[in-house]
Amino acid sequence: MSSGVEITRPEGAIPLAQKYSGLSEEEVKKRIIAYNPPADSRFPNQNQTKNCFQNYVDFQRCVRLRGEDYKPCQFFERNYKFLCPTGWIEKWDEQLENNTFPVKL
Amino acid sequence: MMSWCQLGFQDAGSYFMEEFIYFHDFTMMIILGVLSYVVVFLVLGLVSGWVDSGFVEGQLIEFMWTIFPALILIQIAFPSLLLLYLIEDFSKSFLVCKVIGHQWYWSYEIKTESAEILASVDCYMLPREGAFGMRLLLTDEFLMLPINVPVRILVTSDDVIHSWTLPSLGIKGDAVPGRLNQLNVTLSRKAMFYGQCSEICGANHSFMPVMLMGVTSPQFFMWLDRL
Repeated sequence: MSSGVEITRPEGAIPLAQKYSGLSEEEVKKRIIAYNPPADSRFPNQNQTKNCFQNYVDFQRCVRLRGEDYKPCQFFERNYKFLCPTGWIEKWDEQLENNTFPVKL
Repeated sequence: MMSWCQLGFQDAGSYFMEEFIYFHDFTMMIILGVLSYVVVFLVLGLVSGWVDSGFVEGQLIEFMWTIFPALILIQIAFPSLLLLYLIEDFSKSFLVCKVIGHQWYWSYEIKTESAEILASVDCYMLPREGAFGMRLLLTDEFLMLPINVPVRILVTSDDVIHSWTLPSLGIKGDAVPGRLNQLNVTLSRKAMFYGQCSEICGANHSFMPVMLMGVTSPQFFMWLDRL
């Protein structure tokens, strides 16, 4: 693996090529890609900054209100993890820990 | 990529770019027709030497040269607006790829399978010695995307404004710090596509190229797994 590439995979995860070996290209396409945050009519245009931030805030509010095990909160979690750059997420997580997050949750 | 003395577009690598080329050809046909018409009458008027001092107005001709261009513009506007709204349709994407501009390289983040895997790639330009004659275009790592899969690309920056562009795919998006710009593309063929940063961003602005390879979906996942 080249030094410019980092792959983060949870423990016990099966490599994708192994998981999808033996399947045709069409089958792989159907199963993979899986998740795309659904189109949100509140953010119809090119600027998706608020989409990313709103999902992050909604997830934080959801877990504070309903607890971390509440499954519907995962909708917001998936959305922000797919939309937001990792650097932004890390910065916001740090702000939450330091109590300097700019939104009242 | 462009070749020496090439005047036209690069071969289209996405379905949108094919449509852009068709629209360009259609509009260029109209432009050349109008240009020829105007040049012919201009030259004839200059060389004839005849002047009609009593010709100060003509209601019919003025009406015609207002209405006729308006009709031409309407004819251009229809496919133009159709394309404009078509490329803004973000509802059908299957893959999300984040592009982050830095001084002076691009990095890409791809998540699949419910955030199970995050792949992050940093792409630095190859120095002149390692570029096999394709100076200023090659990078050490490159992004791979599956063909015939609508991809949602979110462009941002870590420091100053950059611009991520691939001319053969017909896409360009400004990488603005603190902002996520969304682009939509569906690659149509397996090939290597090249682009360069398109917004002045410092000393090495000319030396942060974009390199993207279109591959089949299984190949894309093999790349993600680095097999």
